[in-house]
Amino acid sequence: MISLTGFLGQIFAVALALALAPLLTGWINQCRAWLQNRSAPPLLQPYYMLHKLFHKDVVLAHGASSLFRFAPFIVFGCMVLACAIIPSLSSDLPFAPAADALALVGVFGLARIFIALAAMDVGTSFGTLGGRREMLIGFLAEPALLMVIFTMAMIAQSTSVATIVETLAHRELVIYPSIAFAGIAFTMVSFAENARVPVDNPATHLELTMIHEAMILEYSGRHLALIEWAASLKLYAYSCLGLALFFPWGIAERDNFLALVAALPLLLVKLAIGGALVALLETINAKMRIFRAPEFLGTAFLLAVLGLLVHLLLETQA
Amino acid sequence: MTSMPLYAQLINLCAAVILLLAFAMLAQRRVVQLVDLFALQGFMLFLATLVMAFKTGQHHLFYSAGLTLVLKVILLPWILHRLVRQLHIKGEVEPLINIPTTMLIGLVLVVIAFNVAMPISQLSSTIARGTLGIALAVVMLAFLMMITRRKAITQVVGFLAMENGLFLAATSATYGMPMVVELGIALDVLVGMIILGVFFFQIRDQFDSLDIHHMEQLKER
Repeated sequence: MISLTGFLGQIFAVALALALAPLLTGWINQCRAWLQNRSAPPLLQPYYMLHKLFHKDVVLAHGASSLFRFAPFIVFGCMVLACAIIPSLSSDLPFAPAADALALVGVFGLARIFIALAAMDVGTSFGTLGGRREMLIGFLAEPALLMVIFTMAMIAQSTSVATIVETLAHRELVIYPSIAFAGIAFTMVSFAENARVPVDNPATHLELTMIHEAMILEYSGRHLALIEWAASLKLYAYSCLGLALFFPWGIAERDNFLALVAALPLLLVKLAIGGALVALLETINAKMRIFRAPEFLGTAFLLAVLGLLVHLLLETQA
Repeated sequence: MTSMPLYAQLINLCAAVILLLAFAMLAQRRVVQLVDLFALQGFMLFLATLVMAFKTGQHHLFYSAGLTLVLKVILLPWILHRLVRQLHIKGEVEPLINIPTTMLIGLVLVVIAFNVAMPISQLSSTIARGTLGIALAVVMLAFLMMITRRKAITQVVGFLAMENGLFLAATSATYGMPMVVELGIALDVLVGMIILGVFFFQIRDQFDSLDIHHMEQLKER
């Protein structure tokens, strides 16, 4: 039974994600520039960028098939779906039964496959290179992300993201070493998945190092705008997922309109702090060679599995 | 969900960090950082013992916590650092198997250790019996480190880390060993460390290297 509050909350959460995602990207870029002693771009730069791109004509490569044209829409759709499932303001999401946490990983995987296929579709060497690297990173990051989710699912006894968040938000304050392990693993995975610094640099077009940028080189106009927006949405979705799993306090419950209103400023504060921390971590880390990425993500996988094992050993008895 | 008392949570947290540090030592490429990680592991062990001592009020646990602090956090790392400086060990330790593979093997070892320890810890009635599995895992990871490293000094660090694991096992399963045994072991480790330090110099004088693989071709002259 879908309640009116739930319905409104759902619509509001998606609208908020669409509106707020570029702001989060802008905020991280701004913090990064400050920390690196550069003059910062305006906070609203991503919006100007999207506005500009939506008003430009699309230039298609000669060999581009229809896959190349509809891939941005699929990627964008996947990210909107992800943002609709992940509880950012309220855990009462009528849309949540559409996909549990495991399917959520699948949704991210679907977007990744289509963007990699589109990159290979045109047949430029950079696109192929970017697509292959992206699949390498994805293939390493996905098991780690799944392990993190398994840990949380075992604690909450459910794979539905909304239920996990509700359970975690309502427990007594207990030190779970497994959640700490899972949290570190999740941070590492989200850096890799969102093409942030230790694995990829979103601000560079250097051919030897780029991964995400290499895949979208051939895109222009509204296609590029959609992909950029989708990238922002992905970052926002991962941030919200991280906040919901590891700092779930303040997320509204069922049929509680007042809590929903209170959740918004809290979410903004959490995102602002999280964004600043992302910028800090990006600044103090150097981009590593692509061949070091397996080691980085292997460590994330290790931490996630350790979290799971420690949970089984220490937290299930007693 | 039944919640655990706070001290049990703290001990579990310390044990989990000790396990994490065991993995960090397995992954560490540089000798100096390896010694620092060992000192940190000793410190977490000290904290765990201290919490347990406060909870149970057993005097000898306070002594063994103090012994851990003096020996494993201050004295042994200091000796190791001095050895590293005097032997001019620089750069990276070369593992026999590459590090990601070592980590995966380590993960399998942890699963085995947890499985083995699960029925044993059911028999124990101490407050921290869950950490027995972690202690066993730390011992096995230290074993793995000794097996996969080439240089003598990293093997010694592995040996010392193994002692950390044994100590954790003793405290978690039975509230520590009798004081005499504990003192004896501490003295053994210290003396062993000093003798091994002398050995390092001998090995290096003989082979111009600390790589113990040279010792496989020893011949009488």
